[in-house]
Amino acid sequence: MAKGAVHITVDRCKGCAICVEFCPTHVLALSTAFNGKGYHPPHVVNAEKCSGCDLCGMYCPDFAIYGFKLGKQGVAQ
Amino acid sequence: MAAVANPVEQFLRSERIPHIWCPGCGIGTTVNAFARAVIDSGLDPLKVVVVSGIGCSGRVAGYVSFDSFHTTHGRAIPFATGLKLANPELTVVVYSGDGDLSAIGGNHLIHSARRNLDIKVICVNNLVYAMTGGQSAPTTPETANTSTSPYGSFEPDLNLPKLLDAAGASYVARWTTYHVKQMERAMLELLRKKGFGFLEVVSQCPTLYQRRNGMGDGLESVKFYKEHSKVKNDACLDDLAMDKIGEIICGRFVDRDRPEYGQTMREFYQNKLGAKYRAPEFQDGVLV
Ligand code: SF4
Ligand code: SF4
Ligand code: SF4
Repeated sequence: MAKGAVHITVDRCKGCAICVEFCPTHVLALSTAFNGKGYHPPHVVNAEKCSGCDLCGMYCPDFAIYGFKLGKQGVAQ
Repeated sequence: MAAVANPVEQFLRSERIPHIWCPGCGIGTTVNAFARAVIDSGLDPLKVVVVSGIGCSGRVAGYVSFDSFHTTHGRAIPFATGLKLANPELTVVVYSGDGDLSAIGGNHLIHSARRNLDIKVICVNNLVYAMTGGQSAPTTPETANTSTSPYGSFEPDLNLPKLLDAAGASYVARWTTYHVKQMERAMLELLRKKGFGFLEVVSQCPTLYQRRNGMGDGLESVKFYKEHSKVKNDACLDDLAMDKIGEIICGRFVDRDRPEYGQTMREFYQNKLGAKYRAPEFQDGVLV
C-alpha cells in the first residue's frame, strides 16, 4: 500500500514537468493528453512509490499538484 | 481524490488562478514556500500584509489572500513603512522583484535596511526586467544577453546580499527556486526575525532571460540551479556576485540584532515629548 498520494488540478497545470523531475521516487510522468489550455499535465505512473512527501507541491509554480500522506487504510491524513 | 486540501490554497485568491506567470516561471514556487512558511510561523494570517511593487513578481500581491497592496513602481517599501509605523502589530512583507526593489526602488531598500525597520523583504531575482520585455537590470550578470544587451551585458551587476549587509539589514539570505525547503525555512526565519530582513530568491524567467541565453526552459533552469549552487553560510560577501554560468552561493549570510526603527522612534519621541507624544495603541487589532 502506498504511503501517500497526489492530487492534480489538471486545468491549472502548465506542463513545465518540474514536479516530474523532482519527485524523488519517480511517481509522475507528463501525460500525452492535453488540458483545457493545451498543456500536458502530469499523471501518476508509479502510485505505489508515492510517499506523500509533497515535494511536487512545493515545486509546482502553478499550485496544480500536491502530495499528502495516507494512513493504514489508505485514508488521507 | 481531493482527500485533503492543498495546504497553500487557503492563502491564494483561488478564483484568480491560473495566474499570468509563464509556464515554468519560478515566482509561483516562491509563493508556495511563502504560504508554507506562514503556516509554520503560526502567525495570525489577518495580521500578515503583503506589499508588492510593479513587475512580474509584483503580481504576488494580487494572488495571495492576505491583506495586500499592489503599489507603484519601486515604492513597495515606502507603503510598507507607513503600514508598519502606523500599525506595529502587523507583520509586513514586501514581496517584489529585483528591478522594482533594487533599481527603481533602490534607495528605499538601502535606507530601510539602514534604519532597520521591521519589514520582511522577499526579492525574487530573475536577473532582468521581465514584465517590460527582458531589458538589462542592475542585477543582470556580465555577459548575459538581454533585449537591451544583445551583444551581452558589459556592466558589473549589483551584489544584493553585500549591499544589504553594508546598509545594516538584520537578516540576509539567498536561495534559489531549486531550494524549496531551505527557502521555506528562510522565509520562516525572516517572519520571526525582528528588524529589516532580506531574502533573495534567484528565480528563473524562462521566457526572457533563460531563452535569450540558451539556458532552456523552467525545468532546465531549476536543474541549472541544482548543479551550480553551493551552500556557504559563512561566505565572504564579495564572492556572492553572480555571473552567467558560474556558481550561485546560497545560505544565510547575516543574522544579527540591531535596534529596530519603529521602536527606537517611539521611545525617542516619548522621551523628547512626554505626554505630547502618543504612540499607536491597539485594542483587538484596532487603533484606538
Ligand atoms: S508526494 Fe512526493 S513521492 Fe508523491 S508524487 Fe509528490 S514528490 Fe513524488
Ligand atoms: S509542476 Fe505543476 S505546472 Fe509543472 S507540470 Fe507539474 S503540475 Fe504541471
Ligand atoms: S516574463 Fe519571466 S518572470 Fe515574468 S512571468 Fe514570464 S517567466 Fe516569469
